[in-house]
Amino acid sequence: MSEAASRGHVVINTEECKGCGLCIEACPPKVLYLSKKFNTHGYHNSAYKGEGCTGCGVCFYACPEPGAITVFKRWDLMTDIRMCPHCREKHKVYSKSTNPDELICTQCLKPINEG
Amino acid sequence: MNKILRKSNVFYDVYERRPGADKLTTTYCPGCGHGILHKLIAEALEDFGVQDRTIFISPVGCSVFAYYYFHTGNVQVAHGRAPAVGTGLKRANPNSIVISYQGDGDLAAIGGLEIINAANRGEGLTVFFVNNAIYGMTGGQMAPTTLIGQITMTTPLGRSVENEGYPIHMSEIIATLEAPVYVERVMLGDTKSIMHTRKAVRKALKIQIEKNGFSFIEVLSACPSGWKMTPIQGEKWVTDTMTKYFPLGVKKDISDTFEGRDFSRKNVEPSELHEVLDIKETRIDAEKIAPFIMKLVAEEIKIAGFGGQGVLSLGTVLSEMGMRHNYEVSWLPSYGPEMRGGTANCSVKISSKKIGSPVVANPTILIAMNRPSLDKFETGVVSGGLIVYDSSLIDRAPTRTDVTVIPIPATKMADELGNTKIANMIIVGALIKYLGIMSQEIVLDSIGDVLKRKELVPLNQKAILKGAEFIKNIK
Amino acid sequence: MPKQFLKGNVSVVKGAILAGCKAYYGYPITPASEIAHAAALYFPRAGGTFIQAESEIAAINMVYGAASAGLRVMTASSGPGISLKQEGVSYCAGSELPCVIVDIMRGGPGLGNIAPEQSDYNQVVKGGGHGNYKTIVLAPNSVQEMCDLGILAFDLADKYRNPVFILTDGFIGQMMEPVEFPEPIAQEKIPEKSWVVKGTAETSDNVITSIELDPDDLERHNLKLQKKYKIIEEQEVRVEEYHTDDAEIVLIGYGIVSRIIHSVIDELREEGVKAGMLRPITLFPFPKRKISELAERVKFFLTAEMSNGQMVDDVRLAVEGKKPVYFYNRMGGNVPSMKEVHDKVIKIMRLL
Repeated sequence: MSEAASRGHVVINTEECKGCGLCIEACPPKVLYLSKKFNTHGYHNSAYKGEGCTGCGVCFYACPEPGAITVFKRWDLMTDIRMCPHCREKHKVYSKSTNPDELICTQCLKPINEG
Repeated sequence: MNKILRKSNVFYDVYERRPGADKLTTTYCPGCGHGILHKLIAEALEDFGVQDRTIFISPVGCSVFAYYYFHTGNVQVAHGRAPAVGTGLKRANPNSIVISYQGDGDLAAIGGLEIINAANRGEGLTVFFVNNAIYGMTGGQMAPTTLIGQITMTTPLGRSVENEGYPIHMSEIIATLEAPVYVERVMLGDTKSIMHTRKAVRKALKIQIEKNGFSFIEVLSACPSGWKMTPIQGEKWVTDTMTKYFPLGVKKDISDTFEGRDFSRKNVEPSELHEVLDIKETRIDAEKIAPFIMKLVAEEIKIAGFGGQGVLSLGTVLSEMGMRHNYEVSWLPSYGPEMRGGTANCSVKISSKKIGSPVVANPTILIAMNRPSLDKFETGVVSGGLIVYDSSLIDRAPTRTDVTVIPIPATKMADELGNTKIANMIIVGALIKYLGIMSQEIVLDSIGDVLKRKELVPLNQKAILKGAEFIKNIK
Repeated sequence: MPKQFLKGNVSVVKGAILAGCKAYYGYPITPASEIAHAAALYFPRAGGTFIQAESEIAAINMVYGAASAGLRVMTASSGPGISLKQEGVSYCAGSELPCVIVDIMRGGPGLGNIAPEQSDYNQVVKGGGHGNYKTIVLAPNSVQEMCDLGILAFDLADKYRNPVFILTDGFIGQMMEPVEFPEPIAQEKIPEKSWVVKGTAETSDNVITSIELDPDDLERHNLKLQKKYKIIEEQEVRVEEYHTDDAEIVLIGYGIVSRIIHSVIDELREEGVKAGMLRPITLFPFPKRKISELAERVKFFLTAEMSNGQMVDDVRLAVEGKKPVYFYNRMGGNVPSMKEVHDKVIKIMRLL
């Protein structure tokens, strides 16, 4: 099963993760793991295996950090792919209901229309 | 549910208020329940569209810096006082959505009184009570909700019933009150419980948004650092151990029948305020008072008797009438509960000149309404002064020979008028007649402005006339 | 002008409402209870809020909330209640919240009694709570001033974003005198407050707080406060002077004592003694400069107080040893009589 084929998708914002492991424990399909790498705070951050996310959102609610986890529940239906100037790669993009014009990269979570 | 679960707009993107380099993460320890609850609240506020109307109260405790994160109005308050501050905020702006976010030490110990009374008044607040059975911020001391046997920095051998008593059940206590609309204890344990907490958070906020009702959500929450556990062990401890002492569930819910509260204030224009405050012009008839205010007046009057004789009002009537004759006047009571039912006295000054001290130590006039009053104040009267006493109650005459003495059987005369309590007005009538410094006509005309009970005006007028007549006859 | 005969404790409430005060939160205590009685009657009628709080601490924190929301707000109490409120006063000062607190002083320490004293001077003027803060303190000595200084208190509170105390004694609260009430202040005359938290989009970036974790930040905050207090000391000193122009002896007192001194000065003048009175109307800012000026030309000062000598310390600091400062006091609820103060002056004159 490839990334594109998964129903859901989870993005871990590495620098906002404190490595508590609650998302890993909570994840029903067990697609999250504690990275061997350290983030700049010195935590082993949580990471997504890259496939198998069902988009259930359990990890999002288990996570105590407001911005550490983003879950795309219907990744399979998201088709808008753009060039992200931050990642220098093409990624799926989304927008918030409060600001529909601003497209955000699903990989780095930064607006692509910026710098 | 939303298609994308992301950081809520109710949180600041970057926590600029947080000092130091890291402005992206919270100050909470890994695995702390505060962050989860923050997310549930933020999500609800965003979904309900009330971010702008919301005021988040940061308590003292680990969530003291909640204002770093929530992009709402923020008020940071003293330990335990959030419900009182919330009362002031909500009453000031009834349309605001006020969240009182408190920990267990804050709410159940130092702020116990504030939460009970805010709940009992049914303030339009939503209270989130984070119960993690320990003081996190100050370094892991016992909380009122610490479990029996639980080791903390201040219960190193474990909490004992003998020394510390039992963990306090706040939700159950709050639920006994009449005003709270919705009280539930939830937990942040397994996935199911978090999703249930999400529902409770939303319901509690809805009750404030729609009906201004008081809700109380107790959230059992992990403090892995304080408990010296891993985050996963912490959540297990909440689920398996804390819930034994703190049973989950709805403790009270009258949201279906609750009709809502209205905290809005009446709109009163400044132009209406004088009327609202009973501020009225005092009539002064320059023509009528002219003949009476010719001579220099400097009376210092002591009026004394037992409680119920109308001693204090005798003084206020004399002063008020003095004011209506453009005199400077002051009235000073012996005051307080120990005076009630006991002896009472007041000092009145009526003067042509500005009054300095309102205290009367050596009266020019003593009005003694009972024997103890005469005994107490007789010696203080200035030489050449005046003693008026109620001869129907006082069985001795004053011994002073250097003062004028007027015995008036005021109480007996009042009885004859059908009301013992009117004796004080008989004295007023007599004194005004005797001194000749005020117009009897003005006194009779304006007594209605002075008295609270308007139906007694004719009786008072009669008493004043009777007192005046008494003086006329002895003169 | 409308003139009414009423108690100091009622006058201060009516004055406050005319000043645009919209909320009263308080706890009953003798001899301040009539303030709560009048507030309970008039605030709701005048479009305001009255709540009898569960405690003095709750009351001052309700004040904290209402002030945060931008309302003109007040509370009142007496000694023991003020002791309890001090936590909240410190927070209000730290968060720079304008509010008015009335203290009708009674006898202490402890439960003491309900008779008038002036023994809250230190806890109010010096700041009875923790931290490097000051409150503006106004000291009315008549029922008229309970109204007038009450109104001024709200203006000063807003002007400086600072708590203001009305500090007076049980006598001024309990006594009745004629009062002339001014016209109500128009809503548009009350300054707009951009810093408040009202539950609106415009105020959602605001935060009311007294916490500054970083020592440098907190020092900066403290320096800002001290700068504010300095401006207050330069601009807001108020005194009443009576026959000080040619005075050789100056008596100093505030509240009810100043009324007694006023009468004593009249007596002394009749006897040919060149005595005058200086009455601080503001206790903070204290009239240091005025006293210092007088110290250049008078023979001595006599401070009379209904305390163990709390204000006299400030007088001595202002005099700086240039002239003798004598002290006469009564405590426990006793009020110095005119005779006592008069005789004290005569006694000192004989000593010199």
